[in-house]
Amino acid sequence: MYDATIIGSGPAGANAALEAHDLGLKVLIVDEQRDAGGQIWRVKSKSILSAPSTEASIKGDALRERLKQSSIEVKFETRVWHIDKNEEKNWIINLVSKDGSHSVLSKALIIATGAQERVIPVQGWTLPGVVGLAGATALFKEHMMVPGKSTVVAGSGPLVFFVASEVIRLGGSVAAVVSINGFSDWIKALPAMVLNPKLLWQGIKWIGDLYLKRVPLYWRHGIRSFEGLGHVVGVNVRKANKKWYLRHDPNIFIAADSVCYGHGLMPSIEASRLAGAVHTYEPALGGWVPFTDENGRTTVPYLYVCGDNAGILGAQAAPHRGRLAAYAMVEDLNETLPEDLLAKRKAEKKLLKWASIFGKAATGLSILQPGAGGLISKQTEVCRCEGINRLEIEKEVKTGALSPNAVKSGTRCGMGPCGGRFCSESMALITEQATGKTRAEIGLPTARPPLRPVAMDEIAKDLNYDDLPIPGVSPL
Amino acid sequence: MNFKFDIAIIGGGIMGCETALRLTEGGMRVVVLEQGDIGQGASGVNAGTLSMQIKRVKLMPYAIKGHAIWEKLGEIIGFHKTGGYTLAFNDREAELLKERMMLKKEAGANISFVSLNQLKEKEPNLANKVVAASYCPDDGYANSSLTGYYYRTRMENAGINYVEKFKVTNIRQTSDGYEVSSGENLIIAKRVLLACGGWMKDVAAMIGEELPIRARINTVSVTERAPKLMSTVIGHATGLLTMKQKPNGTVLIGGGWQGKGTPEEGRGTVATDSLIPNLQLAKYAVPKLSNVRIVRSWTGFEANVPDFYPLAGALPNKENLYVLGCVRGGYTIGPYISRLMGDFILGEEPEMPLFDPSRSFESA
Repeated sequence: MYDATIIGSGPAGANAALEAHDLGLKVLIVDEQRDAGGQIWRVKSKSILSAPSTEASIKGDALRERLKQSSIEVKFETRVWHIDKNEEKNWIINLVSKDGSHSVLSKALIIATGAQERVIPVQGWTLPGVVGLAGATALFKEHMMVPGKSTVVAGSGPLVFFVASEVIRLGGSVAAVVSINGFSDWIKALPAMVLNPKLLWQGIKWIGDLYLKRVPLYWRHGIRSFEGLGHVVGVNVRKANKKWYLRHDPNIFIAADSVCYGHGLMPSIEASRLAGAVHTYEPALGGWVPFTDENGRTTVPYLYVCGDNAGILGAQAAPHRGRLAAYAMVEDLNETLPEDLLAKRKAEKKLLKWASIFGKAATGLSILQPGAGGLISKQTEVCRCEGINRLEIEKEVKTGALSPNAVKSGTRCGMGPCGGRFCSESMALITEQATGKTRAEIGLPTARPPLRPVAMDEIAKDLNYDDLPIPGVSPL
Repeated sequence: MNFKFDIAIIGGGIMGCETALRLTEGGMRVVVLEQGDIGQGASGVNAGTLSMQIKRVKLMPYAIKGHAIWEKLGEIIGFHKTGGYTLAFNDREAELLKERMMLKKEAGANISFVSLNQLKEKEPNLANKVVAASYCPDDGYANSSLTGYYYRTRMENAGINYVEKFKVTNIRQTSDGYEVSSGENLIIAKRVLLACGGWMKDVAAMIGEELPIRARINTVSVTERAPKLMSTVIGHATGLLTMKQKPNGTVLIGGGWQGKGTPEEGRGTVATDSLIPNLQLAKYAVPKLSNVRIVRSWTGFEANVPDFYPLAGALPNKENLYVLGCVRGGYTIGPYISRLMGDFILGEEPEMPLFDPSRSFESA
């Protein structure tokens, strides 16, 4: 039995674990990656270990070193497939790794599963050669690879410019940058960004580099469609307005053999939903988030969240959120918090407040505007697993399916192996447009295990038939 | 309040909706009140098995009629008549199988015992460990996910009023009927039918009726699309496994393994220690499932009374108050028993007897 299990060891989860460990708790870290660091401080693959360090890799290495020096138990390359409780109300955390499956018991649970990217589907987005913005950054950090010879980078938020500058840094060529945000949106975000001069300077440098390299920069433009047969060969771009509606102008065609495309990050909430926490819709925090107090306590006893899965505030805020969650957990487990920790908590809260201003400004650039749903054309495939397009979802809504569960049942949208992780956002956008209901009113489909598909063999070991716990025979 | 319904039906599952359709045909003005979405409770999340072999002996005539209704609907609700085998893996189970299937056969189900060679020919992927098997050519399945779509559309076409997200919080008897409320919202009706499955006990209590209902929490799992592993519905002598492969390749695994939670708490959750043996049993029956991935597991509430027979009839203490549910095999039997219930409420003699809710309950 552990005092605390922490799912995810990015900057939030790892710092929560370190703090809890320092305070004397028996801590377990579970992470599906090879090592700690999360997406932002991702560990490099073996083949590029000799590559020059970046700020992210240095910070990540320091964190990894601290974890190694501690006696925190870690299980890497291990996935959580179900979160359950036993009769004593301890958490049962069901794990699967290449060594098979097992479960651990824990008094408290901190979920720090981070973010996932939001991609608004438009015609042709499933063509090979189209990758997500966040997916592209993983490619850079882990393998130092560029997605193609000539790349269009498109979407919303700062990630567009980071990805474009990385493509250039790694020797690729950027055919164009297409930002649905206008330059004025950035100017508006400036006062908040000034709070973090280092990151602001980075941003200015990214954009400056693009100008220097004479990369065509399309401010306030959106992608109408991806073109190509079997592989992407370019994109059709149109001028947009502030609300992300595309104008009825002729298309501007930009040739490219690869496109990085995305609309910011969404909190990864599957684990906190499966654990039973109440969630609310907060566009300024990236979408649906667990409802928490300022320390990361959820509505479920002994369940805490920290990091981007609790609302997208970025890597600067994450360590503070991790430590605050650890204090809250220690406070609940010991039923008190010593004086010195109360002071530390106060200090962390102050730091978090400053870091959040910057994080919120960055997240603000990707808040979905009213035109977002309109980017999805009638024939656009929304659910890749089951091949469901917008029209089929609209038809289902017209027959009276008003909730995600009802739409899912009628169309199979979200019933495939991804479990709706990629399409439930689009399904909600379409429902929002078709019904006029708000996202909060539309809600979410019911959370179900497993969190990721698991092979029968991984979780159901071979049976000694006589051991099968047969509870009785059904009445005749 | 200037409008008044002839009947308010609490619960928008198969039974509530099908009864509503019958009553509307009979000329009544009906409103269906559903706390969630139409057809998204047990009616929409059960494993969809339409198997005679798992029906209770006394309910067999009802199951045969219900099965015929689903068959007639066909593709709209994803009906497939595949035949089905029930397996025994040891002598004790073989004995059980023989005894039980003989009685079901006498009750009218088209069940026969098959040789292991016949079984192997039809289902080559089954484990060699089977010692006995029975077969029913009428067994099959429908797609319970389509229940909501189907009944919504039918009620729309019939002009039936239904209200979703109407969670009943109070029922009050008046001089000439009932007031059913959800918070501040009020519906007035001359009659009330309780058809709200796992939630029936609580709703009945609102009007002072104590029903000995217990909710079971059945677990169902579905796999990713797999190569063809089976062509019929596979069951187990104890009833603890139902399995079928859909035309799209996904395999649906059920068998009534119990999850956690109560209807009052919401949807119930999957319990690790019952999900795993459910999957182990499935894998034991079809070893090739080993490498197939489970994509989703879920639960649904099945309401039962101690004798595991339906509640279908009028409640004795109050006028014009009816109850329908706890059918045991409700997905198969639901459409038929609901029509009987409709006839009864319309004052007609039902084709087959109903199940008096005021009977004394003895454990089966």
